[in-house]
Amino acid sequence: MVPITSLPGPRPGLGAGSAGLRAPELSEPALSVEGLTVRLPGREVLRDVSFSVAPGELTGLIGSNGAGKTTLLRAVLGLQGLAAGRVAAKRPIGYVPQKVLLDPDLPVRARDLVGLGLEGTRLGLPWPSRARRARVDELLGSVEASSLAEARVGTLSGGEQQKILIAHALARRPKLLLLDEPLANLDLKATQEVVALLSRIAKTHGVAVLLSTHDINPLLAVMDRVVYLAGGRAASGTTDEVVQTDVLSALYGHHVCVVRLHGRVLVSTTDEHGEQGCDVAADAWEGAGPTTVRAVVPAPGDEGSSS
Amino acid sequence: MNWYHALLAPGLFANPSVQEAAVVGALVAAVCGPVGMFTVMRSQSFAGHALADIASTGGSGALLLGLSPLLGFVVFGVTASGTMEMVGTHRRQGRDLVTGIVLGASLGLSALFLYLTATSQTTTGAAVTILFGSIFAVTSSTVWFAVGVGGAALVLLGLLYRPLLVSSVNPELAAAQGIPVRLVGLAHMVALALAVALSALTIGAILSTALLIGPAAAALYLTRSPGRAMVMASGVSLVVTWIGVALAYDSYDWLPSHQGWPVSFFVVLLVLATYALARVAVWRRVGPRRRKAVPAGAGWRGER
Repeated sequence: MVPITSLPGPRPGLGAGSAGLRAPELSEPALSVEGLTVRLPGREVLRDVSFSVAPGELTGLIGSNGAGKTTLLRAVLGLQGLAAGRVAAKRPIGYVPQKVLLDPDLPVRARDLVGLGLEGTRLGLPWPSRARRARVDELLGSVEASSLAEARVGTLSGGEQQKILIAHALARRPKLLLLDEPLANLDLKATQEVVALLSRIAKTHGVAVLLSTHDINPLLAVMDRVVYLAGGRAASGTTDEVVQTDVLSALYGHHVCVVRLHGRVLVSTTDEHGEQGCDVAADAWEGAGPTTVRAVVPAPGDEGSSS
Repeated sequence: MNWYHALLAPGLFANPSVQEAAVVGALVAAVCGPVGMFTVMRSQSFAGHALADIASTGGSGALLLGLSPLLGFVVFGVTASGTMEMVGTHRRQGRDLVTGIVLGASLGLSALFLYLTATSQTTTGAAVTILFGSIFAVTSSTVWFAVGVGGAALVLLGLLYRPLLVSSVNPELAAAQGIPVRLVGLAHMVALALAVALSALTIGAILSTALLIGPAAAALYLTRSPGRAMVMASGVSLVVTWIGVALAYDSYDWLPSHQGWPVSFFVVLLVLATYALARVAVWRRVGPRRRKAVPAGAGWRGER
């Protein structure tokens, strides 16, 4: 039992071992995508997409289902052929795939999965090593999942599984961390925990984090830049630059409404209200009641106020 | 008369056939544990069964030509595993169809070979030997061959253990790390074919997957780490094989007709019993519906 007084203040994150990650060359992007075009059989999924991600930044890859988010991430990983353009990514790249279904009967503990991130590509049997064990403990600590180390990964909740998968992806000290829909199927509390964790990983370790999501709102407070995908094309920049009625209307190719209310953003892509539609949409959203909206995403710091 | 003769027939441990069967059983169990664990993890039990049916064609063909059935099991199984992996992996449905059609044809060929063997040679019980095993009749030259086959399977799995484990947890995760997922999957299928061949030697081609799948499935219920699951699966395979051998030897005296019962019957029955016990044990520990919600490491949540 550790006495409370001896607990360290802020989490040490990846600890002293990750010193190499702390001095990012801020001038050089960890990921640079130029004129990327990807064709899958029968359709063009991405067309002339360009953006870059700097070390220490958290970038949201926003787009609805089928906008090409997964294809873009796979292209960055080198798992998807390019029809045109260039992708330059600093390696190693950490990756958390979409919808990883971990069976509860899988005989794999959280500790084992993180260990496989460390040396899963090596040949031969893994001999127990104190150094590896310490590194796995350190990685589990850096995602605040030390208490889950011995549990089967398949029995953990969605948010806990995401943390373990993030630790798995961080094992090889990536310069670039890609996450495909890491917030899907998470409840509010888990979403906030994972977003805060990713933001801290980007800041403290100088990792460039690129995560895809169809809902921009959980990221608004922490996101440095946004890459917005629609119709195969992308707009990128800061949230304020990109999430504007005119920018997104140009991207979608028809009129869309960007409504901001109570610190949240609603992008209404339906055309039904015409040019005047944005006010109508705003009114309709307001009509739903601010309490409803608040209940969806409380402002940062609200979490502890009820206790 | 020793104390254990109350339970076991006299002469059990002195009988050379039983001794050889115990050695072969231990070898087969050592291979079946690791291979079975990966097969269950990857949901490829049906592929294993298909390989067993195809192996029976090879075994019966080899017997017809006067060769060791194990040679036929290995050659046909390995060839089929490679073909199955290459032909139909893109779509799950395609794989099932290919497997289903090919294994039907294989069993048809086995029927022909076994018929020809039975009518042309004096060897009796060819069908039983191939389909239901003959652990008491393994020749010593076959034992050495079996050691080679088992060694090859274990070396293959030992070498690819970690990439295969990542691929089995999630193929996307593995691909992103640069692991050649299809190549690793092919290697596993070859190891599976070798394990099926060994298992076919002991309990027969038709039943061979029972020794692969059952113990591994039970171990997956009871352990949390892959290493322990493999060891436990091998342990269960070993115990059920040895008890099966002892019971088969003992069964000679059970009925007045003095006919020993087949080893495979006892082994398969014990596998089923072990699996059922494992399920009951887990059910008693965490309840039928709450497994997903309650991690096996009880109390971890309260430690915060």
